[in-house]
Amino acid sequence: MTNKPLITEFFNRYKYDDIEEYIKLGGFSGLTNVISEGKNFAINELKEADIKGRGGAEYPAWRKWLMAKERDGEKVILCNADEGEPGSFKDRDLLNKDPYKVIEGMIIAAYVIGAKRGYIYIREEYDHIRKKFITACDLAKSHGLLGENILDQRFDFDIKVNTGAGAYICGENTALIESMMGKVGRPRLKPPRVGEKGLFGLPTMVNNVETFVCATTVMIHGSAKYCSTGTVNSKGNKVISISGRLKSPGTYEVPFGITVDELINEIGGGPKGEYPIKFIQSGGASGPLIPKSMFHIKYSYEDFEENGFSIGAGSMVVVDEKTELIDYLIAIEEFFKHESCGKCTPCREGLVQVVKILYKIKQKTATLKDMEKLERVSQVMVDASFCGLGVTAPTAIFSALKYYKDELYKDIEMEDIK
Amino acid sequence: MDVLKDKIDVILSHYDYQVEDLLPILLEVQHESDGRYISESSAMYIADQVKIPYAQISEVITFFSALNSTKKGKYHIEMCNGTVCRVNEKSVIERYLEETLLIKVGETTADGLFTLDHAPCFGACDISPSVRINKKAYGHLTIDKMKSILEKLRGDSDD
Repeated sequence: MTNKPLITEFFNRYKYDDIEEYIKLGGFSGLTNVISEGKNFAINELKEADIKGRGGAEYPAWRKWLMAKERDGEKVILCNADEGEPGSFKDRDLLNKDPYKVIEGMIIAAYVIGAKRGYIYIREEYDHIRKKFITACDLAKSHGLLGENILDQRFDFDIKVNTGAGAYICGENTALIESMMGKVGRPRLKPPRVGEKGLFGLPTMVNNVETFVCATTVMIHGSAKYCSTGTVNSKGNKVISISGRLKSPGTYEVPFGITVDELINEIGGGPKGEYPIKFIQSGGASGPLIPKSMFHIKYSYEDFEENGFSIGAGSMVVVDEKTELIDYLIAIEEFFKHESCGKCTPCREGLVQVVKILYKIKQKTATLKDMEKLERVSQVMVDASFCGLGVTAPTAIFSALKYYKDELYKDIEMEDIK
Repeated sequence: MDVLKDKIDVILSHYDYQVEDLLPILLEVQHESDGRYISESSAMYIADQVKIPYAQISEVITFFSALNSTKKGKYHIEMCNGTVCRVNEKSVIERYLEETLLIKVGETTADGLFTLDHAPCFGACDISPSVRINKKAYGHLTIDKMKSILEKLRGDSDD
């Protein structure tokens, strides 16, 4: 990559227990800039930078911050670090390699919206990182950057570090909040949305780890510099997790507008075995498959949307010809079956049926009726599931039916056709 | 109780008996337990102390994958069952583990040393195929590498 990293500029340049070095590198200048330029300045900068929620929902960050700012009374900030999409691990590296940029982003957000309490919910699988993050918060506190009267601004804010316990569904904000109150992580009915009534019944502004890191980056460098890369509607860079049948899997910061082909072959080093790449899955297990014939398209919100793909949290799983498509689909749907919370029928029962039919396809015993049922059940899940898990679980199946219909139907008993 | 009441009390008081900290409380109690699980009696005691019904704590323990309601071996091997590890032929490692340990996924060896379970993606896709052993991730696995990890663990437990 010729582009210099900006969001991940401090990776490998300081240790989590060396806050002084982070400050020397320019850390916390984002916070001091916001304090001297004002809260509206911060919102405008976010708007200029056009940061869309980096956890997958792609909701404009500035709008969330503005709504929270305009709300009266006590409110809380929540950083969603329950990164659970298979193939996604960029938040792991952001938390591990630059914890203070996350902390600074949360402090800036608290200052702008007027929150006194902050929480970060880190998935149990990153427990070793959570311990380091607690140390980083303690150091920020002893340096007067968390706690009471931060930087003499009569502004109090503290961060509590929470843990998940291995449930994908808790990436969903209402489920996450339920699990932070000693309950099972099942999503609850919206409205009220968490922005209105979230943790402890208080208005809660939830952002993903990378969203906070991007906000800090913008406040340190300004939106003009942040937007010097990217496309018209996808500004700046994106931190991506790329893995699968690749020579160089890992976390990378790439400019929006790079092609999928460049992502695979230049950033990811190309296929690792003798088999050519067949497709990628973008945006996690809940994202669609992108066939090889589409690798020329640009990695941007607008190009992806136009073609029915999703950027999501920025993960990309690369699959080669050696893997059977049906095995991949089974892996995805078994994952969702395992992670379904069981609250609503379409998701809970739908996934049982979907997995059953996929195995029939694999064993070459599926009939045309089964195929129709697969599509019908998947559609019911999209239409009637309670939360995003059930709605997006069949996404990969629909894209497989769109691009690889012949392959899925090749062993179907056709005698059912009347 | 499998965990000394005193130890649970220390954990509970660290979290100020707050129900909002139920997950970290349970994870820590589990960590202190010999079998890496939360026994019924421990769960009942915690429920009583944080003042929630036993049904609630039981539901939480069985809902979350990281909380175990049954005893695990000294070394809890969690084989990633996610898409990326499947694409990277985790089945080879899994077969090797089953054949070497003479157990199936979901079982514990007769000597109580190893438990083999599946785990959903734990975010180590860049070093796939990977396993977690007592929460620590091991990646870029080959049969040889897995073999030497097992040998080292067996050696450690002889000490």
